[in-house]
Amino acid sequence: MSAIAEMPPKKFELLPKESGDGELLEVAMGPHHPSTHGVFRMDVALDGEHVVKLKPVFGYLHRNHEKIAEGTTYLSSMPYTDRLDYFCSLTNNWAYALAVEKLAGLQVPERAEFIRAVTAELTRLQNHACLIGFLTQDMGASGTPLMYAFREREKILDLFESLTGARMMCNYMRFGGCRCDLPDGWLAQAQKVVDETPKFIDEFERLLAENEILMARTQGVGKLSGELAINAGVTGPILRAAGVNYDLRKVDKYGIYERFEFKVPLGDHGDTYDRYMIRVLEMRESVKILQQALKSIPDGPIIDPKAKLRGFRPKVGEAYGRIEAPKGELGFYLISDGGPNPYRYRVRPPSFINLTVLEDMCVGQMIADVVIILGSVDIVLGEVDR
Amino acid sequence: METLEQIKSRIEAAVADVKLEIIPNDSPSAQRSLLVDREHGLAVAKFLRDDAALHLDYCSNATGVDWPAAELTEKFKVKKVVDGVEKEVEEVKKTLRPAYLEAVYHLYSMEKKHGPVIIRLRTENRADKNHLPSLTPVWRSCDLQEREIFDLFGIVFDGHPDLRRILMWDGFKDFPMRKDYVAPDDYEYEPTPHDEVLARAKAHQATEVKS
Repeated sequence: MSAIAEMPPKKFELLPKESGDGELLEVAMGPHHPSTHGVFRMDVALDGEHVVKLKPVFGYLHRNHEKIAEGTTYLSSMPYTDRLDYFCSLTNNWAYALAVEKLAGLQVPERAEFIRAVTAELTRLQNHACLIGFLTQDMGASGTPLMYAFREREKILDLFESLTGARMMCNYMRFGGCRCDLPDGWLAQAQKVVDETPKFIDEFERLLAENEILMARTQGVGKLSGELAINAGVTGPILRAAGVNYDLRKVDKYGIYERFEFKVPLGDHGDTYDRYMIRVLEMRESVKILQQALKSIPDGPIIDPKAKLRGFRPKVGEAYGRIEAPKGELGFYLISDGGPNPYRYRVRPPSFINLTVLEDMCVGQMIADVVIILGSVDIVLGEVDR
Repeated sequence: METLEQIKSRIEAAVADVKLEIIPNDSPSAQRSLLVDREHGLAVAKFLRDDAALHLDYCSNATGVDWPAAELTEKFKVKKVVDGVEKEVEEVKKTLRPAYLEAVYHLYSMEKKHGPVIIRLRTENRADKNHLPSLTPVWRSCDLQEREIFDLFGIVFDGHPDLRRILMWDGFKDFPMRKDYVAPDDYEYEPTPHDEVLARAKAHQATEVKS
């Protein structure tokens, strides 16, 4: 192997002995900690109860998804993308399909674009609802808000199941369209779920938005400035909570998002409460998009007739495609050498890169707030470690 | 946004002695990229971020690509006179591509809402000369991503604040994303304790039980 392989591993010490920080307490939060949302570890140095240093430790769920994808055909990576962020398999599918469509120059028919937008917004709804549930769970509201969210999520998962055959691992999108058409009565059922959602959001907000404990625990906690967020590549609701107007549905206008009228909610403090509130507001905007989309789904084919399922070999070249996933910007970077497998397959995981600023948000806060700040970042370890 | 040619000429005017090359992309995506030489990587990155017209304040994606040495064959048709008759003959041109590792950065502007501008940096070879300048001082979003490239491809980023393995464990050798990587049969293989290991283990066992 090369010369660098023999390089001794760099020993990492959170608190080096010669630094004289012997008064500080070092705590390893995780990997088996209920509030790290999976197998994630934070090495935290504490002065009393206040965080002085924090280093995230990754890799417990690493299975080298990218290497696996480079050893198999383009299409056979599609079910694997479900397992990245297993809450939002449909948006993962879309991001990957979009990148391949750019690489191979496929045109998605209008009906498929509508179905994609509808499923993506339903995914966003259930992701945000569950995130708020988990966040309040981290704060000590044992179960109740989470179960309210799960009740709603169940209705959406039922829709996914009747459309794709699976509740979570949907594997629904194909290059140039979707796998199958909507079943009979699906639209009416989806319309019913969407019509009921504002009532649920109102109920959720009555329960939480002005809750004294929630306000006390989140307001002014874990502040993030807009400049730092941009420089650190933070995307998604966290970025918009810091007051930066950057939503790929508006910027890139991928799919058919330019046809819908919706707003991009922005926060002005960048604290945990804003991050919570942005999600509530984004759910309301998603409902707006869904109402517009469900009413105007056209008839037609659901897949580009030029798209080949077998013997798919894009031309030599590369493409980077990205979408606004519920957790932030999800991108796929593909290089083709003309063969049936991608030469390079890269996932740009939003929740991994959002953790760049975790230390900046946590330093100076109490140890109990670290849990809430991490909860408001919204990570899924399947995507962080890949 | 300006074309890549315009950006290239403006960088050449602003950064002295810089060597740039536009890498073509014939696929339908048509995302061409700019190859920047190693010595001026940081200066070019600073220019791209601070330039008023471009203002690429956001580095979305940073990743590595492994290119082992390969023989590239190019087929093209030439008109030749064979036995007094003009014919079209297919000729094969072979070129040797040297081995190198590559880091690719996708840059966007959040303020101006344009992009992407793609820049690439290449190492001299895949073995001992595998150093590149780190762009983390310019965009902090490269922090974890460059650590990942170091971990999986073995590119050493000079100037990175905390270059350690990130997804693989600290004692791991080799770089899994390289094309010539061979995975072991069992990652978790541990020999059964004997000899030295057994002796060390026995030192921790109580030999007699005091009543």
